[in-house]
Amino acid sequence: MEKLRRTMLYVPGNNAGMVKDAHIYRSDSVMFDLEDSVSLSEKDSARLLIFNALKTLDYEGIETVVRINGLDTPFGVDDIKAMVRAQPDIIRIPKADSADDIKAVEVLIEKEEKLAGLKVGTIKLMAAIEGPLGVLNAYSIATASKRMIGLAIGAEDYVTNMKTKRSPGGVEILFARSQIVTAARAAGIYALDTVYSDVNNEEGFLEEVRLIKQLGFDGKSVISPRQIAPVHKIYTPSQKDIDFALRVIEVIKEANEKGSGVISLDGKMVDKPIVDRAERVIAMAKASGIQFDEEDDK
Amino acid sequence: MSKNAVNREIPGSISGFDTLKPFEGAFTNTPLVRKQKGVRNLPKLNKMLDTVEQAIMKTELKDGMTISFHHHFRNGDYILNMVMDVISNLGIKNLTLASSSLTDVHSQLVRHIESGVVTKIYTSGLRGELGQFISHGKMKNPVLIHSHGGRARAIESGAIKIDVAFLGVPSSDVYGNSNGYTGKSACGSLGYAKVDAEFANKVVLITDYMVDYPNTPFSIHQDQVDYIVKVDSVGDPDGISTGATRITKNPRDLLIAQNAAEVIISSGYFEDGFSFQTGSGGASLATTKFLSEEMIEKGITASFGLGGITSQMVKLHEKGLIKKLLDTQTFDDDAIKSIGNNRYHTEISASYYANPLNKGCAVNKLNVIVLSALEIDTDFNVNVITGSDGVIRGASGGHSDTAVGSGISIIVAPLIRGRTATVVDKVQTIITPGETVDVLVTDRGIAVNPRRKDVLERLKATTLPIFTIEELKDKAQRVAGTPETIEFEDKIVALVEYRDGTIIDVIRQVKS
Amino acid sequence: MRVVKTGIAGTLESSDVMITVSENTSTGINIELHSIVEKQFGKQIRKVIKEKMEELDISDATVSVNDKGALDCTICARLEAATYRAAGIKHVRWEEK
Repeated sequence: MEKLRRTMLYVPGNNAGMVKDAHIYRSDSVMFDLEDSVSLSEKDSARLLIFNALKTLDYEGIETVVRINGLDTPFGVDDIKAMVRAQPDIIRIPKADSADDIKAVEVLIEKEEKLAGLKVGTIKLMAAIEGPLGVLNAYSIATASKRMIGLAIGAEDYVTNMKTKRSPGGVEILFARSQIVTAARAAGIYALDTVYSDVNNEEGFLEEVRLIKQLGFDGKSVISPRQIAPVHKIYTPSQKDIDFALRVIEVIKEANEKGSGVISLDGKMVDKPIVDRAERVIAMAKASGIQFDEEDDK
Repeated sequence: MSKNAVNREIPGSISGFDTLKPFEGAFTNTPLVRKQKGVRNLPKLNKMLDTVEQAIMKTELKDGMTISFHHHFRNGDYILNMVMDVISNLGIKNLTLASSSLTDVHSQLVRHIESGVVTKIYTSGLRGELGQFISHGKMKNPVLIHSHGGRARAIESGAIKIDVAFLGVPSSDVYGNSNGYTGKSACGSLGYAKVDAEFANKVVLITDYMVDYPNTPFSIHQDQVDYIVKVDSVGDPDGISTGATRITKNPRDLLIAQNAAEVIISSGYFEDGFSFQTGSGGASLATTKFLSEEMIEKGITASFGLGGITSQMVKLHEKGLIKKLLDTQTFDDDAIKSIGNNRYHTEISASYYANPLNKGCAVNKLNVIVLSALEIDTDFNVNVITGSDGVIRGASGGHSDTAVGSGISIIVAPLIRGRTATVVDKVQTIITPGETVDVLVTDRGIAVNPRRKDVLERLKATTLPIFTIEELKDKAQRVAGTPETIEFEDKIVALVEYRDGTIIDVIRQVKS
Repeated sequence: MRVVKTGIAGTLESSDVMITVSENTSTGINIELHSIVEKQFGKQIRKVIKEKMEELDISDATVSVNDKGALDCTICARLEAATYRAAGIKHVRWEEK
C-alpha cells in the first residue's frame, strides 16, 4: 500500500520533551526542525539533540523527517553530516528555489553516506518551496533527484515575497498551491500543504484542510498534535465512497472471472480511473482504521 | 406517688416502665429554650461566640482528644491553621487530628507536630512540606491514610470518635444552619463535613458570612451545631475553587482522554441510562468532553454523574445529557452555582458517597469511573499517594471506593512522566488493589486487566492500541531506563487503610 | 579535546537537562548532580556522563548537571554540546561517529 502522508507533525528541534514524544500522536510523519524554530545560538545543541534522539529512540514506525538549515547558512553542511549518520527517513530542504538547491544537497549526502559506510540513496529528500522562484521551478525541483519524494509549500515567506499576506480563503496562495500539487503529480511524488498556525481556530483549520484535499494535496504540515485527528478524519473516505468502491472492486472481480470486456455499474462504464480511485479509497479507509469484514475480501 | 410541677399525682414507677421522672417545669430539663416567655431579647437565641478561643474553651477540648476538619476549602483553607494556632496557644497537647484530608496549605502543622500539640493524624492525603516531614520519619506515630468512604465508615462505626469538629462553612445563620454555596468563600458541597457534623460530640462552625434565619436549604443543620464563630475570612476564594474548569490544551492529556472515551464507548457500558464519574485531572476532564460528543451523536443520556462535580458535568446536566448529579465535593465556580440553582444537583455526604458498610452507597450504583494514578503495577495495583521517590505527596480520596464500586474502572495516566515510568513491577504503595482495576489507558497504549475477558474482547475488536500491561511496562523501561530501587528505613510512617478498615499497605520512612 | 572555558547547553524545561562544563581545578571528571530523579537514576546519569566524557577524550572537567528528568540520549546531547562549547570547538567531528 502507498505510504500515507496526511499529517507531518512539526517538532521544534531543541525541545527535548517534544522530541521524546513526537510519535505518540500517530501523525503519518514527524518533522524535527533544525531551521526556523531553533535560534542561531542553539543550532549546535539542537542538531546533537535530534542526532541522539534518532540514534536512540524508537519512533515505532512513524516516518521521521528532519528539516535542515539551507546550504546558504553556516549550519547546512553540519546538519547534513549529522543527519546522514542519524538516518531519519527523509531530509527536508527549506526554501528551495531551483533544482540546483536539491542537487547541492544530494551531492553532500552522497559524500557523507560513502564516508559513513552507508548504502548510497537510503535517505530520501523532500523540498519546501517558499518563494516565487521556487513556485515557477516546481517541476524541475520535483524531478531534481531520484531521492525526491515530495514537495511542500511554505506559505509565510511566499506571501511576503509576493507583497501580500495570508487571508482566510487563501486566494493569495491558490496559484502556488495549484502549481506545486501539479508539479508533484507530474513528477509522481507527494504534495504537502503549508502549516495553519492559528491552533485555536478549529473551524478555519478544517476549512483549509477541506480545500487542500480538494486541490489534491496528500496532506499537510501540522504544528500541534491537536491538528492531527481532524486532518485524518477529513481524509477518511465517507461510508458512501467506501460502499461504492467496494462495489466497483466487486464488479471488476466478477468481470475478470467471467472474462467479460466492458464493465458497468449502475449503468455507467467502469474504466481505469474509476478502478484506481476505488482502490485508493479502500487503501485510505484501511489506513484510517476502518475495519472491513474479511468476507468482503473473498 | 408524688406531685409534679403542675400538681398532678405521678407514680414513682409503673409496670412496663422503669422509674418515672415527674415533670419539673418547662425550662428545667431543656436548657436550650427561652427561659422567659415574652421577653423578646433575652436570652438571645443563638450560638454565636466572639472568638475561636472561646469556642475551644466552651467545647472543653482537652489533652488527648480527637478533633476534625474538612478539606472543602482545598488550598484556600484558613480554618485548620487558624484553629490549630489557638489550640497551641492554649497549651493543649497530644491531640488526634482527624481531618478529611490535608493539602499544601497545611504545612504549618509541622510546627504543631514538633511541639506535641498533634501526636496522631488520620487523613486521606498529605502533600508538600507536611508529606516530606512525615515521610522522613519525623512524627512518632504513623499517620493513618483512609479513603473517603473508609473515613465515613470509621466515624459512623466509632472507630474514629471525634470529640470536637471545627467546620468552616461559607454561610450560616445564628442557629447553625449552613450551606456551602452561599457567601464569598463558597465551596459547593459540604459532603465530607456532613459526616463530622452528624457524629462529632461537639460541633463548632466557623464562617465569614452570616445570613438570616433560617439558612435553607442547609447542609449542616441547627440540631447538629453547638457553637458558631464569625471570622473575617474562612479561606482564600482563589484557593477554594477555580473559575470554570477549562478543558486542557495539553495534547498528551487530550490523547489519553480520547483513548479513554473510546474505551468507554466500546466497553459495553456505554448505554442509555449509564452512570459515570470522572476526576478533575486534565485527562479525566477531557474524557468527559469526548464522551459527551458521542452521547449527543448516539442519543445516549446518563442517569447520574457522581463525585467531584465540575463545570463540565454541570454543562452536560443542564443540556439534559446527565439527568442527575450526586455531589460530595464541588470543584469550580460553575459547579458551585449549580448546586445552589439546579434542583437535581444534589449534595451527598461522604457516607452516602462511599461508606462500604452503610446500607448502600452511591459508588455501588456507578457504571464507569475514570481515575488517575501515580503508578500502576503489572498486577494493576494503583498508587496515588507516594511519588516515585517514595515521599508521600497525594491522597487516597475516593480512588479505592469508586474502583471497586463501579462496573468498569479506568485508570488514565501518561506512560512516562519526564523520566518516571507509570507502569512498574511493584508500586511503592498500594491504595487500590489490582483486582478492582479494569483498564489502564496511557498515551502509548492501553492494557486490560486479564480478569476482564469481556472488556478485553470488546476492545480487541476496535483499532485501539491494546497491549498487555507487561508490554506497557517494558515499553516504558525501554524509553526511560530501569530505575534503581528506592531504599527505605524500617520505620513505618503511615498505614494505608483499605475502605473496610483493614490495612492494605504501609509506607516506610525514606532514606535521606 | 580540552576544556578551556565554561560551556553551557540545555534548558530547565521538563524532560530536559542543563549542563555546564567547566575547567576542573583538580584532575578527573567532577560531577555535580542535581536531578528530580536522582534516587531512581542518579547512578545511571553519572555513568552516562563518565562514558561520554571518555568518548570525547576529556579527562579533566567539572560537569554541573541540573536535570529535569531527561532521557539518557538527551543528557548525551546536552553534555556533548556543552563540552564542545567549553572546548571552543565549533564543528562536531561527525566523521568519527
